[in-house]
Order: sequence, then C-alpha cells, then structure tokens
Amino acid sequence: MSLSLHLPVLVILLPLMASPLCILIDRARASWLITLIASLLSFYCSVLLLQQVQITGTISYELGGWQPPWGIEYRIDLLSAFMLILVTGLATLVLLFARYSVEQEISKLRIVPFYATLLLAIAGLTGICVSGDVFNVFVFLEISSIASYTLISMGRDRRALNAAFKYLVMGTIGATFILIGIGFLYMHTGTLNMQDLAGRLPALYDNRTIRAGFAFITVGIGLKLALFPLHLWLPNAYTYAPSVVSALLAATATKVAVYMLLRFLLNIFSLDFSLDAMPLDLILIALGSTAIISASLVAIFQVNLKRLLAYSSVAQLGYIALAIGLANHSGLTAAMLHIFNHALMKGALFLSLGAMVYKLGDAELHSSQGLIRHMPLTSVSILVGGLSLIGIPGTAGFISKWYMIQATLELGLWPLALIILAGSVLAVIYIWKIVESIFFQSPPSTVAVHEAPVSMIVPMAILAAANIYFGLNTHLTVDLADSASTLLVMGGGQ
Amino acid sequence: MSNLLPLTWAFPLPPAVILFVGAVLSLIAPRMVRPFIMVLTPLLGALNLSLLPENYTTQAVLMGLEVTPTRIDSLSILFGYLFHLAAFIGVIYALHLRDRLQDMAALAYAASAVGAVFAGDLLTLFIFWELLALTSATLIFARRSTRSAQAGIRYLIIQICSGVLLLAGALIYAQTHKGLAFNHIGLDAPGGLLLFIAFGIKSAFPLMHNWLTDAYPESTPSGTVFLTAFTTKVAIYALARGFAGTESLIYIGAVMACFPIFYAVIENDLRRVLAYSLINQLGFMVVGIGIGTELAINGAVAHAFNDVLFKGLLMMSMGAVLHVTGEMRGSELGGLYKKMPKTTMLCIIGAASISAFPLFSGFVSKSIIVTAVLYENYDLVWLALLFASAGVFHHAGIKIPFFAFFYKPSKFVDTAHEPPANMLIAMAIAATLCIGIGCFPQYLYQHLPYAIEYSAYDVSHVLAQLQLLAFSALAFTWLKLAEIYPPELKSINLDTEWIYRKFLPDQIKQSLNRLSPVDLQTRNNLNQLFNKIIQLLSLHHGSHGLLARTWPTGSMVLWVAALLGLTLTLYYL
Repeated sequence: MSLSLHLPVLVILLPLMASPLCILIDRARASWLITLIASLLSFYCSVLLLQQVQITGTISYELGGWQPPWGIEYRIDLLSAFMLILVTGLATLVLLFARYSVEQEISKLRIVPFYATLLLAIAGLTGICVSGDVFNVFVFLEISSIASYTLISMGRDRRALNAAFKYLVMGTIGATFILIGIGFLYMHTGTLNMQDLAGRLPALYDNRTIRAGFAFITVGIGLKLALFPLHLWLPNAYTYAPSVVSALLAATATKVAVYMLLRFLLNIFSLDFSLDAMPLDLILIALGSTAIISASLVAIFQVNLKRLLAYSSVAQLGYIALAIGLANHSGLTAAMLHIFNHALMKGALFLSLGAMVYKLGDAELHSSQGLIRHMPLTSVSILVGGLSLIGIPGTAGFISKWYMIQATLELGLWPLALIILAGSVLAVIYIWKIVESIFFQSPPSTVAVHEAPVSMIVPMAILAAANIYFGLNTHLTVDLADSASTLLVMGGGQ
Repeated sequence: MSNLLPLTWAFPLPPAVILFVGAVLSLIAPRMVRPFIMVLTPLLGALNLSLLPENYTTQAVLMGLEVTPTRIDSLSILFGYLFHLAAFIGVIYALHLRDRLQDMAALAYAASAVGAVFAGDLLTLFIFWELLALTSATLIFARRSTRSAQAGIRYLIIQICSGVLLLAGALIYAQTHKGLAFNHIGLDAPGGLLLFIAFGIKSAFPLMHNWLTDAYPESTPSGTVFLTAFTTKVAIYALARGFAGTESLIYIGAVMACFPIFYAVIENDLRRVLAYSLINQLGFMVVGIGIGTELAINGAVAHAFNDVLFKGLLMMSMGAVLHVTGEMRGSELGGLYKKMPKTTMLCIIGAASISAFPLFSGFVSKSIIVTAVLYENYDLVWLALLFASAGVFHHAGIKIPFFAFFYKPSKFVDTAHEPPANMLIAMAIAATLCIGIGCFPQYLYQHLPYAIEYSAYDVSHVLAQLQLLAFSALAFTWLKLAEIYPPELKSINLDTEWIYRKFLPDQIKQSLNRLSPVDLQTRNNLNQLFNKIIQLLSLHHGSHGLLARTWPTGSMVLWVAALLGLTLTLYYL
C-alpha cells in the first residue's frame, strides 16, 4: 500500500537504478533482460499512476518529505501520466525488439554500456514528465540528452559519430538556452517550483527579463523538438543511430520536448500570455506550416528510408507545432492526440526498418525492393504505419489530422486546413515510393532472406495493430487528450 | 429453443459473424479440412440464428452516429434462414471444387447478404451492400476467363453505383433529422428517390437490369447458383422494408414480369434464359411489395423464398450440364436425358415449380400475389401477371428442359454422364423442398411476416392455373410445329446494355480520336510544367538540395541565433 504512494518516484527510480546494475552484472544478455524488466515495471507503474490520477486528480509527491516550494516536488496530472505511459510503453516495446538488433549492430564490448545508457535516457525522459520543478526538468533533460548523444554515437556507420557530435553541440545550446531562461525567471521570482512560478509570473508579464527568459526557453525547447528551421541536427542523428535508438528517440524524445513546451507555455506561463500577448502563436503556425510542406518535400526525394522517415518526423512535429499555435481547446487536443499517434506510427515504422536492417544490412530504398516476398509481416507493418502517417480513415493518423482540421476550421483558418491536407498528399507520395518498391518490384535475385525473429515481429505487430485499434476506437485517446487539454487551458492554477 | 440454455451461452453472436469467420477459415484452412468448414458454417450460422432471442437487436456508436448493426424482426428473420439454407445448398453443390477463392467468396457473399437483411440502419446496410457487390463480383471473376473478367467489371461498376446512390440517399435522409434507422422510407422522404433507385438497381428494375443478364451467366457453374440466391433477394427485402405500398412499384413490377419473356424466348444461352426468368419472378415480388397489403407482402416474401429454391434448382441443373459438357447454348445441346436421367428429373421439378404447377412451390406463393392484386382491383396488372405466368411456363418450364435434355440428340450425348454426387445431392435437397412446400404450404405460411388466412388449394386457384398452363403448353407445341417459334440460333442477343457496351464506347472512341491532338498538346505542356516544378523542387529539396544537405554546425547555430533574435524582437514589441 505504501508502495503505491511512491509510484511517482518509482517510475524514474526503476530505470535509473537498473542502469548501474547492468554495469555491475556486465553480461550482455542479462543487461538486456534487466533493461526490459525495468522499463516494463516502469510502464506498469505509469498505468497505475494514470488510474490514480483519473480517480484522485493531480498527485503531488514531496521528494524526501520536504514541502514544496522548498523541497523538490513531483507533480503528476493527466498530461504527465499520459506522457509517462507513452514513453515507458514505447520503451518497453522497443526493448522487446532490441535484443537481436543490438547484438548485430553494436559491438560486443559495448552492449552492456549501451543498455545502461538506454536506461539513463528512459529515466531522463520519464523524469521530465513527472517533475514539478523547472530546474529538475533541466536536469532530467540533460540526463536524457547526454544519454542520447552517447546512444547515437554507437551507430555502426562512422558518420554516426559526426551526427552525434553535431547533436551534442546543438542539444547543449538548446539546454543552455533553457537554463538561461530558467535563470531569468528565477532572478525575478525567486522560485523554481512550477506552481509557485505560475502564481508569481502574471504580475511580471511586462518585465523585459521575463520576456527574454520566455524567448530563451521557447527557442531552446524549439531546438529540442526539432522545430523548423532548428531541425537540422535531427535527420543525421536518426539516420545513423542504431535502429533501436532511432525508434526510441523518434517515438519519445521529441514528444517529451513537446510536453515541455506545453508545460512552459500553458502551466508556468498562461495561455493568454504565451499564445496571445506574445506572438508565439504566429511563429508556431508559420514555422509549423513551413515544416509540413518543406520537410515533406525533402522526404520525397530521400533514398534512405530512415532519413526519409526522419524528415517526415520533422513534418509531423510541424503539425503538432501548428496545432499548438492555434491556441484553442481543440487545437491542443489535436496536438496531444498527434503526440500519441505519431509515436505509434513512427514506432511501428522505425521498428520495421530495424527488422529490415537486421536482415538486409541497410535501409536503402533499393534494398527494400520486393521485400514482401521475403518479409511479409515486416512489409505489412510498414504499410500500416505508412497509411497511418498519411492519415487514411481507420488508422490512428486519421483521428489526429481530423481533429487538427476541425480546430483550424473552428477558427475559420481554412488555408491552414489546406496546408494540413497538402501535407497528407505529400505523405502519400513518399509513402507510395516505399510501398511501390516493397510490394510491386521484384527483389534482386541475390537476396535470400527470411522473416525477422518472433521477438522482433511481436512489438512491430503490436504497434501496427495499435495504429489500427486507435484509429477505430478513439475513446481512450480522445477522452484523455480532451480532459488533459481542458486542464491545460484552465491554466496555471492546475 | 430456450431449453437449449447452454447453447445460448455459446452463441450470442450477431448473425453474420459465423459466416464471415467461416469465410476467413476457408481461405486459410488446409484442403482436407475445408469441405467440413464449408458445410458446417451455414449450419452453425442457422443454429446461432435460431438461438437468438426474438426481436434481438444490437446497438453501437460509429464515429458519433447511433447505428443498429443487428435487428431481427418478423420481416427479416425468414430471409435470414433462407440465406443460410441457400448457402448450405450452394456449398454442397460446390463441394467438388478445389477453389479456395470461390469457397471464400461464396461464404463471405452469404454473410454479407445475412448482414444486410439484419441491418437496422442505413449505414450498416450500405456497408453490407458494398460487401455484397465485392464478394459477388469475385464469384464472377472466379470463372477466370476474359469474358467473365469484362462482365465482372461491368457488373461491379453498376453495383458500386447502386452503393453510392444508397449512401448519398442515406446521408440526405439522415440529414433531415430522421436518423439513420432503416424503416419505412417512402418516395416522398428526402433522399427517398435515391434510395429507391439504389434498391431498384439491385432488384433489376427494367432498364437497370442489364448487369444481371450480362454477368450472372458468365460466372462459374456454382457461382451462378449463389448469385441467383442473394443479391436480388436482399434488394427485394430492402424494397419491402423501405417502400412497401409504393404504387409505382406495381407498374414497374408488371413490366419486369412481362418484358423479359420476349428476351428469354429468343435467348440461346440457357443460363441467360434463366437470368431473364429471374427478373420475371422478381417482377411478381415487386408487384406484391407495391400493393403493400399484408397479404401482398406475405406473397412477395414467400415467393422470394420459393424463388431461391426453384431458381437455384434450375441454375444447378444447368450448371450440371455446363459442368459435364462445357456447353450452355441451347442450339448445341439436346438429348441429354438418356445419359443424365436424374438431372433431367430434378430439372423438371424445378421447371414445374417455377411454372407454378399445383403441388409445386411456385404455385403456393405466386397465387398469393395474384390474389392480392385482384383484391385491390388492379385488373390490368392482373392480366399482365397472367400473361407473365404463361410466359414463365413457356421459357423456363418448357424451353429449358426441352432444349437441354430432349429435342434432337446433340454431339454431347455420347460422352455425357451424371454430374458428381454432391451436385445431385444439392439438387435433390432443393427439389425436395420445392415439392414439400408445394404440398404443405402451411409450414411456410406460418413463418411469414404477417398472420395469413389463405388457402392456395381452393378450386378457383387450381383450375385457373391449370387452364393457363394447358393453354401455354398448347401454344408452345403449336408454335413449334408451325415453326413460328424462334429457332435456337447460335447468336448473342444484345439487350439495352447495347447502349453502354457498344454505342457509348464507339461514340467515346470517336470523340477521343478527334480530341487526341489537343489532348496530346495539353499533356505535353503539363508534363513540361511538371518537370520544371520537380527540377525546381529538387534544387532545394533534393538529396543535395539546400534543405536536405548536412549542414555545418556553425550554420545551424546561426539559425538558432536568428530565431532567438527574431523572437526577442517580436516579444519586446
């Protein structure tokens, strides 16, 4: 019983403590198992937390028994719980997939440190979601970021090192900006607790330091979530990272950055300030629209499938930015839905590519020719993920795009609805390129491979099925996103 | 059936589910198991249906719309059993086949039909309506010949059109606050006309009937048996549900009952003759629905039930001939009774039933409709139906058995033999039912939608029918002897489908020829424009384009600085 009171900290503690355990045990297979179990337990805790939040409302957890605002507070509302489930759930599925893929792509000596770092990344990402204190958000962000630089650098391709280095530079600039912003806020309010900040900031909205802090924070987070044109680190990082890492980062890392943006904009500052008094809504809409069109166009010309999906991710983040920029209830609901649904589709797609890399050695478009003959399940999973990415009715992607278009029409901004639809058309083109190659071209005669092992197929199939399930049964996701955005719109008081 | 309590626990399934599951299983099951699945599925489905409570309904919400996927009531239940029965007979008939595609399509087709008659709202109906089109088209494609492929495409286009009209009508109907529930609609309701035409296309209204005579005879021997049973009966059910008592249906039905006779008499392909006769029988049902009294609806439903059995029987016997000889043209067949006596006997039972001989099933249902017409004083329509009854005997009752099994011996007589046992069994089941219902009509009557006080076997009905039949037979004999009867020619008769199979394509071809230079020019221009756009795009977005290049860190940071500057300026304004 007492354990259930400590769920907020357990979610982070499990992966955090499992990490040194991996190093201590120092066995490749064992460390995989530990990582899997830790993330599974963490996922279980997240589910329990969501149930608790749904029953009792927002949970405030005082770390070490120190009362906020002096002590560190972990604060879990619907949105946090939603993000926790997303992060830990996808991490669990990716880890289920990871075993063979990692054994093949990572040199033997590095497997144990790989899993230890992966655990740190998961701990960092979950930490951001639960923290009720802006400085801790920064700390967890650094934990997850440094872990991800390391993970990306472990890619087989030598360019991985270069990509990781660039990401390191850019990511550090982003984190520094956030820290500077937080510092500015602290200067004038003397507090780091989110609740406290939300209470004290309104009086200071005209203060130039606060506004500068706001600018640093938004640009810093924009870098982290790969907002166009700050996305330039992302394509290389996703392309050259190990398959497992690409899948995990694409599905969760940028989404957590979006979560941070929502927290800062709507809880710490308020909707009226960030998206109305400040012209951030215009910036988000303009950059988001550009991202949708431009990144989708770039994706069309790509010949490496991982790179193609990376650019498509930039476009999808553009959708989310645009939806937040709409600054109304349905826009926020759509953004949250797309956070979840995009994680599902990119998870399915990157895992399928991981299986393809495992069997064929690379993820080039020409290697995928006639894949359906050898790897039918993987091919179907790519197809389902692709359809969801386009937003075909009956898939999860359709639901979020539908809500997004509704949100634009509510404001009478039909040109934005057209941009969203144009983005879907561009997605049809780049997905069709893949589908044509996989389903309608004959495989090179030299290739003779079979379907990937079951442990890879299962998580892939779960994600593909989830894409369809959440496309048909929208109760769970829409209700959650709806009530979470209601809480957010109500503002800092929550 | 409520004493089978443990079973009601095992089968609380909506009616179409078992058939759909069977269809999927038949697709993946190994060849040895498939026959069992095929035979058991309709039986289990019927058992499930019988265990469902009376007036069983299910509700669901689909994208915010209240729908009723299942609604069982007195009108739909008989169709439900009928379709299971038809599926059972058809499956046995097709048991000798080794064709996964046909097996799957047949069960899925039956499942769609069952789903459609139990649909409680127009959206569900639309879904099953389209499934009917797809699954039945598969049965036509399953012949795997060029002719069947083309006919299948034409068929599919028309069926999909019907579905689109149905959806459009349903949307308009639902928009005006009537909801999606599928009850009486009527022509005056908004969208009613669209729904009427959608149902009309599937019921093969005159001038909308070409898909039927065009495509059904092109399917496989067993495929045609399934096709005859489901699509048109679902449409009849939909008309009875939505448009009972619509007066225009009476005249449409009368025309439907009469005009196919002329085509049937000159048609050479015997299965196409049966297709025309199917339209003729549908005409009777449409008249019954148009009259709309309880008696008339009962008659239409009963006739639909019997029609599935006797038309199925006739189609099966012709399918058997086709299976054995590979020939279906009346001019090439004949004299087969020596080698196929059992098939001949069964065919004659079917012919007697469709011609409504007393003691055969057609008589007990057709006479209800004719009586209902008389009660409502539509004398001209009554005469038309009398003419149609005589005509049925002519083309279906005499022509089919005469040219297939008797007349002059054909070249097939030496090699012909009885069809496989499963075909004979399936035909025997249908024949038994035809005679059984003809002799004991009360068992059918008590399951009709409305209570009925009707005796088929009173003196006037029997005498009138016998006279009609006798004179019709006399006419055939006389026409044949006087050589006025059109001989069976090796020809293909084009119906009004000529318009879209020959006339329109020719016209379109001609105008295309004239337009082609203009078209070419426009295409070239557009192509050039398109290429230019792509070149321009690839300059910036292509693999080495500005936006897709790997950037040096410095430039990335420059962007960050720029954006920070921009936001700071904007925030300070």
